[in-house]
Amino acid sequence: MSKIRVVHYINQFFANIGGEEKADIKPELHVGEVIGPGMAFKAQFKDEAEIVATIVCGDSYFGENTKEATATIMEMIKEQKPDLFIAGPAFNAGRYGFACGNICKAVHDELGIPVLTGMYKENPGTDYAKDVLMVSTKNSAAGMRDAVGKMAPLALKLAKGEEIGASAVEGYIPNGIRKNFFEEERGSKRAVDMLLKKLAGKEYVTEYPMPNFDRVAPNPAVKDMAHATIALVTSGGIVPKGNPDHIESSSASHYGKYDIEGVMDLTSDTYETAHGGYDPSYANADPDRVLPVDVLRDLEKEGRIGKLHRYFYTTVGNGTAVASAKAFAEEFSKELKADGVDAVILTST
Amino acid sequence: MCTVTPISMTVGANRIVPTIAIPHPLGNPELSHEEEKALRRGLVEKALKALETEVTEQTIFE
Amino acid sequence: MKLELGYVNIHDIQFADQSKVEGGVLYVNKEDIKNLVLEDENIKSVELEIAKPGDSIRIMPVKDVIEPRCKVEGPGDIFPGVISKVDTVGSGKTNVLRGSAVVTTGKIVAFQEGIIDMSGEGAQYTPFSQTNNLVLVLEPREGMDQHEHEKAVRMAGLKTAKFLGELAKDVTPDETEVFETYGVKEGMEKMPNLPRVAYVQMLQSQGLMHDTYVYGVDAKRTLSTIMNPTEGMDGAIVSGNCVSACDKNTTYHHLNNPVVKDLFAQHGKTLNFVGMILTNENVYLADKQRSSDWTAKLCRWLDLDGAVVSQEGFGNPDTDLIMNCKKIEEQGVKTVIITDEYAGQDGKSQSLADADPKADAVVTGGNANMVIHLPKMDKVIGYPETANIIAGGHEGSLNEDGSIDAELQVITGATNELGFNKLSAR
Repeated sequence: MSKIRVVHYINQFFANIGGEEKADIKPELHVGEVIGPGMAFKAQFKDEAEIVATIVCGDSYFGENTKEATATIMEMIKEQKPDLFIAGPAFNAGRYGFACGNICKAVHDELGIPVLTGMYKENPGTDYAKDVLMVSTKNSAAGMRDAVGKMAPLALKLAKGEEIGASAVEGYIPNGIRKNFFEEERGSKRAVDMLLKKLAGKEYVTEYPMPNFDRVAPNPAVKDMAHATIALVTSGGIVPKGNPDHIESSSASHYGKYDIEGVMDLTSDTYETAHGGYDPSYANADPDRVLPVDVLRDLEKEGRIGKLHRYFYTTVGNGTAVASAKAFAEEFSKELKADGVDAVILTST
Repeated sequence: MCTVTPISMTVGANRIVPTIAIPHPLGNPELSHEEEKALRRGLVEKALKALETEVTEQTIFE
Repeated sequence: MKLELGYVNIHDIQFADQSKVEGGVLYVNKEDIKNLVLEDENIKSVELEIAKPGDSIRIMPVKDVIEPRCKVEGPGDIFPGVISKVDTVGSGKTNVLRGSAVVTTGKIVAFQEGIIDMSGEGAQYTPFSQTNNLVLVLEPREGMDQHEHEKAVRMAGLKTAKFLGELAKDVTPDETEVFETYGVKEGMEKMPNLPRVAYVQMLQSQGLMHDTYVYGVDAKRTLSTIMNPTEGMDGAIVSGNCVSACDKNTTYHHLNNPVVKDLFAQHGKTLNFVGMILTNENVYLADKQRSSDWTAKLCRWLDLDGAVVSQEGFGNPDTDLIMNCKKIEEQGVKTVIITDEYAGQDGKSQSLADADPKADAVVTGGNANMVIHLPKMDKVIGYPETANIIAGGHEGSLNEDGSIDAELQVITGATNELGFNKLSAR
């Protein structure tokens, strides 16, 4: 098997060209040369991979001419037809970290090959951590051995297309993708240890940083309800009896769209819930308790609303990923709009 | 329309009407059929009112 | 309150003419168990099976797992208020048949029970692949309402476990361990310099297959309360739930609560384990607010420095968890919370339904949406076709060759939020 072709990117300092006074040098391509930290990678790669070229660029030059520098460097990389691209490690050098993150993202997006960099967790370059796999390193070059020790095996895995484990196992900066793994201690012991640290004012690391949720601007009010079409949508799992589309009782992979033309009331003979996350007996006895078709029919008759939309949309919210729910809604919202629906009542359990 | 309004607030809903309970948001099995339907109607009317109201931020319609 | 647990190690289980515990083997006479279980007229029939570690056996759908225990000395009896009188337990001596368990299965109540594999890929995720299990396959009387069905199955498991536990009443334990907590003043005098820590256990209390019982009281009808941690070791808390089996606590988990064990391990050394606060996770918002208010109030009243809070379940209980965490922190009591995650099959979604910046110390039992492949087993105890409808499965989960593709949430205890396992996620 041929060796994995690697292109390595470093700054002027790690190329032994100079410090701040040389930070303005333009990108240089050194074909066939292994420079600075590249030597450590070479030692770790043994026969599996080979650094075919090293690209050196001054941090100030890159920072001040990002667009041109990236374009030049991309050309240099393409010529080498690499299987893998490595940048840094940048430790706590901010402009170097920015360059590493930036180029890695460009290479990944344009060439579609695996990329890897490494830096200290507080380096501003970690802004790219969601897009670019980056190993968490110490804050100075004294941590080179440790950094390369983690980066080299991870780089080989990436190049071979092997599955990448959890961040805590592989040593990369969390990228928002949650992966399971087995810890050394059970959860309760980790909780007690974490509490003791928190009580003593010592540093501890939460295993799950709190998430952020999207915000959308409120839509304007419905002006003329008496002529408005109202649709019903639910995450409470109400489906025609027998759950014809097999919506899962938890972690739903799809939603259902059902015609309620002429249906005045949901009954236990005709509808039920597919939801596995709550006591279903009440919803099964009278599905209107989750999806209020009966009163909306009354309100329609009385002219309080224009009409109840012919279809309702339903899924199971139980254990269903936010991303899945969002994708469902993006799809059926278009239909609702196209069908002239003015407003939606969404019920959840 | 939802029972656990703190979740609706966290996830970013804009017009929120609190409901009865998780397994029966728009009902109460302890009531007679007529009483229960009246309760449900009250909640749905509240939802319609909410849709007719201009809001600039996340609002719970108690 | 002081309790001595005597561990009688069980390394094998066999059917025999006489039920007994001898030489680390649990011998079970089938008739003894059948007679006991069929006392309940709501049970039409019961079949008994044995499943041991390493067997090519799948048990599904699993409702509950219970460890056999027996009161040797001291007041009360196992599972007080449920199958024994309601006397306060948690002191004296209790024998434990360590390494054995009773597993209940049978016709499904709803689509809400779990899977235990005794070998293969799935076995590493459930602690009950490591126990010598007596499996009860229970068929209910026809036409029974789901709530009655659930209760009949629950009681059959508990009665069987108590019966087996009593076989070890006179057996000398292989190992003993003593657990003791003190009154508020006594504890402060004994450990004046140690931080005061309690364990806040949230109990699932949302109806059918989502209930928990404390001394026989349905937890949804309780206010947050205080309990000695040793009471749980005698069965003060009983499980009536198993929906999304991965993060529901079986009765076995309550008996062997790992947070209790790990806090006791530090008790008198680095902390003063003051006691346990039990609180519920109800379906009404007012209940959630009231219960979390009371929990925070009790934390303050006990003058705690810190608390470990464990959740049960996911979705709306995430709100109970966050409310508890926030309100306890606002009382100046530091918290660590234990939860699990529903981050999607690709791990890219938000893992919890609710969040707050005060929840800054989180332990996770892993992502329950992870997809796993469970290989075919030589034998299935129960009903394999339920794989297509249980929480975590989908239409087509059960493959033609008998293997199963489903989410981790189908496995009993896989992402347990008491921190029973080593599985985690980042």
